Amino acid sequence: MTNQPHQLEIRNLHASVGDQPILKGINLTVPRGELHAVMGPNGNGKSTLAKVIVGDPEYTVTEGEVLVDGVNILEMEPDERARLGVFLAFQYPVEIPGVTIANFLRLAMQARKAEGEEVSFTEFYGKLQSALKTLEWDESIVERYLNEGFSGGEKKRNEILQMLMLDPNYIIMDETDSGLDVDALKIVARGVNSMRGPNLGGLIITHYQRLLDYIVPDKVHIIVDGRVVQSGGPELAKKLDTEGYDWVKQLAVAGA
Amino acid sequence: MTINPEVSEINTSYEYGWSNPERYAVKAPKGLSREVVEMISKAKDEPQWMLDFRLKALDIFYSKPMPTWGADLSGLDLDEIYYYIKPEGMNARSWDDVPDDVKKTFERLGIPEAERAALAGVGAQYESEMVYHNLKEEWEKLGVVFLSIEDGLRQYPDLFREHFATIIPPEDNKFAAINSAVWSGGSFVYVPKGVKVDIPLQTYFRINAESSGQFERTLIIVDEGAQAHYIEGCTAPAYNSDSFHSGVIEIVVKEGARFRYSTIQNWSHNVYNLVTQRAAVYGNGVMEWVDGNLGSKVTMKYPACYLLEEGARGEVLSIAMAGRGQHQDAGAKIVHFAPYTSGTIVSKSISKDSGRSSYRGLVKIYEGARGSKTNVECDALLLDEEARTDTYPYIEIEEKDASVGHEATVSKINDEQILYLQSRGLSEDEAAGLIVRGFIEPIAKELPLEYAVELNRLIELEMEGSVG
Repeated sequence: MTNQPHQLEIRNLHASVGDQPILKGINLTVPRGELHAVMGPNGNGKSTLAKVIVGDPEYTVTEGEVLVDGVNILEMEPDERARLGVFLAFQYPVEIPGVTIANFLRLAMQARKAEGEEVSFTEFYGKLQSALKTLEWDESIVERYLNEGFSGGEKKRNEILQMLMLDPNYIIMDETDSGLDVDALKIVARGVNSMRGPNLGGLIITHYQRLLDYIVPDKVHIIVDGRVVQSGGPELAKKLDTEGYDWVKQLAVAGA
Repeated sequence: MTINPEVSEINTSYEYGWSNPERYAVKAPKGLSREVVEMISKAKDEPQWMLDFRLKALDIFYSKPMPTWGADLSGLDLDEIYYYIKPEGMNARSWDDVPDDVKKTFERLGIPEAERAALAGVGAQYESEMVYHNLKEEWEKLGVVFLSIEDGLRQYPDLFREHFATIIPPEDNKFAAINSAVWSGGSFVYVPKGVKVDIPLQTYFRINAESSGQFERTLIIVDEGAQAHYIEGCTAPAYNSDSFHSGVIEIVVKEGARFRYSTIQNWSHNVYNLVTQRAAVYGNGVMEWVDGNLGSKVTMKYPACYLLEEGARGEVLSIAMAGRGQHQDAGAKIVHFAPYTSGTIVSKSISKDSGRSSYRGLVKIYEGARGSKTNVECDALLLDEEARTDTYPYIEIEEKDASVGHEATVSKINDEQILYLQSRGLSEDEAAGLIVRGFIEPIAKELPLEYAVELNRLIELEMEGSVG
């Protein structure tokens, strides 16, 4: 696959929940090195796109492809996709009682190793120290059970901690900014920005401009009624912020 | 004896299912009779009072009906069981003196290794008799006694008789009665006043012969202010016909003493495991049962704490895992006889395939036990649609100034949790295993590390291929 482009490519993606079609032909290409914002009114398919990419069995893909570095991942289990370097920061991370963050992170790192290779203590601990520092988090947090009893902000920060530990190639951030105050937003953004570089691509799904003040996207796409109706630079997000979503809804009607 | 066609299938994942050829010094004829009881007593060269006790217990056994309030015991044919099998070579203090195939059995189970690494003393029972019993010298010097029950009776006749069958008399229930009639093997432990044994004592039980019964009897006396931890483990070969294990464990926790009894029960899935365990706890004493039930076909076991004097405390932490064809009817009893006594019951069960786990617990507070309280928490996890769980909490309160809390939850492994863990790179099986391990973590963390690891490993083994 060495000749394949290093990019996340979504081709004519259609997906539904039950009989309800939600995605109606999404086309998007994100090369590594770029972060693209995906914006749009609520209920128009932004989160569905995230769930389909990660492999949530609740959603049925009816048409199209999702290519990671040229490989179609739609037939893969969610864990195979993860091992290819896809990472979703969930909008609502679930609680897993009795499983410490430390134990979980180690297992997740181990899952990426070749047969017979072990995550060394220095590798684990070194990475952890640096990630915790970026996120301004005390080490004691990793002895807590995964998301159990966490505030909304802590859950989001924990998503970024995992992201930093697992070194993904493509990140999908599903409304990570919802429910965060400005301080938490800055910390989350710092975590993401610390990873930016030629090897990281991804989608920042958000309803609002304010996260994009801190994580400046390379491109902005607007999804309405299951399709990308407009793409542009960061100025597009600012326009949405000042003018609202009414004008893009018109675009969807015009395009249909 | 019913032959369950599913047994061989179940046991494909049971790694302790192998057996040795049967070579025995004594094997009583099949079935229960006065002659068998007399034969056992004679083989042990017992005092007359013990033979009388056994024969009386046999009558009590005959007089009691099979209990029908719990698990289905209709498949247990008591006439098809061998009640006494005495292996060659007995009760050695060195593994070198244990017959080869028996020694190899325990080596495969990792017992001598564990003894060297982390235990104060080890006992090993094979069929009806203890084949090995040894206590490290440092503990012996402090007056700790760790013997086979038979040696306890011989060497400490007065202490033995003072406590034997006082906590669980044969009248208690039908299986206590059968054990009282045919008991053989088990441990006798005495921890002197103020002595704190800070690493565990362990006894390992192995059934080898087909259709055999194991009826060990353990008596443990923890004197004032003393502390100890005792662990038992058990396995058996996988046979198509059923075996029967019915132990009686009696524990005395004297004033200010603290004792923990941990069990990792991993019988093969053809064993009926019907056990009575009870501790009498005196002033400010603490008794803790940690009970892991993973194996067996049917288990009925309700470790009990009788809180007899002010300040006594009892805790029961139990985990049950029931797979195809298994019924774990497990729970606890906390009985408050005295004021300001307290108890905690935490029960966690996991059921999969057609397996069934039941929590059955009694909390009783007698009049006059003012200021007493017990909290009960039972959580059940169902891994699929076929699995079943039930809760039977019995609460009897005669004292106004007392409180009992009861919380029960039933949950299923949730798809969102699986997706979340899978999205981080864990396979579906690993994800489900991790969720289950998290579920039992509050109990696993109470075990010494190597046992917690073993418990997790056994659960993982049972979990293989159980999702998806």
